[in-house]
Amino acid sequence: MLKEVFRKPTKWPIMKTLILKDIDDLIYGSLGIIIFISFFIGGVVAIQTALNIDSPLIPKYLVGFTTRQSVILEFAPTFCSIIMAGKVGSYITSSIGTMRVTEQIDALEVMGVNSLNYLVFPKIIALLLYPFVIAISMYLGILGGWLAAVMGEYTTSADFIKGLQLDFKPFHVLYAFAKTMAFAFILATIPSFYGYYMKGGALEVGKASTTSFVWTSVVIIIVNYLLTQMLLG
Amino acid sequence: MIEVRNIHKTFGENHVLKGISTLFEPGKTNLIIGQSGSGKTVFLKSLLGLHQPDEGEILYSNRVYSEMSEDLKRNLRQEMGMVFQGSALFDSMTVVENVMFPLKMFSSMSESEMKDRADLVLKRVNLKDAHHRLPAEISGGMQKRVAIARAIVNKPKYLFCDEPNSGLDPKTAIVIDNLIHEITVEYDITTVINTHDMNSVMEIGEKIVFLKDGHKAWEGSNKEIFKTDNEAVTNFVYSSELFKKVRQMYLEERN
Repeated sequence: MLKEVFRKPTKWPIMKTLILKDIDDLIYGSLGIIIFISFFIGGVVAIQTALNIDSPLIPKYLVGFTTRQSVILEFAPTFCSIIMAGKVGSYITSSIGTMRVTEQIDALEVMGVNSLNYLVFPKIIALLLYPFVIAISMYLGILGGWLAAVMGEYTTSADFIKGLQLDFKPFHVLYAFAKTMAFAFILATIPSFYGYYMKGGALEVGKASTTSFVWTSVVIIIVNYLLTQMLLG
Repeated sequence: MIEVRNIHKTFGENHVLKGISTLFEPGKTNLIIGQSGSGKTVFLKSLLGLHQPDEGEILYSNRVYSEMSEDLKRNLRQEMGMVFQGSALFDSMTVVENVMFPLKMFSSMSESEMKDRADLVLKRVNLKDAHHRLPAEISGGMQKRVAIARAIVNKPKYLFCDEPNSGLDPKTAIVIDNLIHEITVEYDITTVINTHDMNSVMEIGEKIVFLKDGHKAWEGSNKEIFKTDNEAVTNFVYSSELFKKVRQMYLEERN
């Protein structure tokens, strides 16, 4: 499938329109849910950390430190990608699957259009912007943690910020974005595969979306483990 | 012109096409008929290049399909227009965008030239006021007209239609049949229609290929089909009382 995706490209003016549409659908359309979840999960991480370290021997700035590490290393890149597998992955599988069921993909092929390039390539390119979504998620997760910690009086703003700056390793951000790029590719290709090669009718479109979500999530979790072992282990 | 030479197609144990040979000429409406499971769809998909026959050859204006490179095959497909059973219009595009799509993909026309060409073919299929509506907002008959307009916008040499009348009321079905026939003659296209509709057979069947169990059981015109004694054809075509009476009247008139 991948070989065909990159073969015989569609005319650039048409491809540009498709890429912009997919950026709108896949990236811009996902910002709302990512902003909402990141902000509140960041808050919950801060509160949970604060409640579990009420010993006077453990400094309060650890709330900020733990929030930063949790959000940057795992929550933003991995947890958000699982959410995206549900939102974006299902959308990709069902939209391509519906095109398959209604013979729109056959129509493209009969016209001489490389349907895999036409349908999948713009999604891969659009999801190159996925790291920006994750950057927003990281920022808002930490902001949510800071607000929850300070407003809930679990720690002071100064302590939280001290924790945020404590033992900061820029490589961790690089690691998070490396994972994000791998997840972006997975999010574009696995759901496309399940949509493109599905057979049957409307019921099968629903089943394909579910299967696509399960396998996208499984592959993300496995790749997450492998990349973590390779880059941090 | 499309020449089919002794094509065979097998899926696993299922031998679907068993040595079909025929000739589809330009400017004529060629119909493929036969019961469900007779191999009509596989035959049409083979003509479209979506299935590769296991044996035999298909020649498009004397060009042998199996000897073409992948790029030549894709170029050949740009000479084809296809009207799908369910119209297969791109549901995220308006009517005019659907019609302009093949031009955008393959022509070097300017935007205004493409719009003019789309207007022309939409006018030809008698659709004037639906340009900016989505496929979901128009009727089944209008969707078929849009599908025909999209199929002919790039001036194809070959037009394929899969059950173009399915889901249409009898009056609209006749309009669509006549439209396909007129376009075939007007643009000198080689048209191949896969149909179950006996009205189409009687109205526009200039050449009819009857398939039975993957074989070509009979071929001839809509005039010859009244006279044939081929049992398989008469059992299929005159299975309804109405058509039995039509045939009887025709034969009585001749005698």
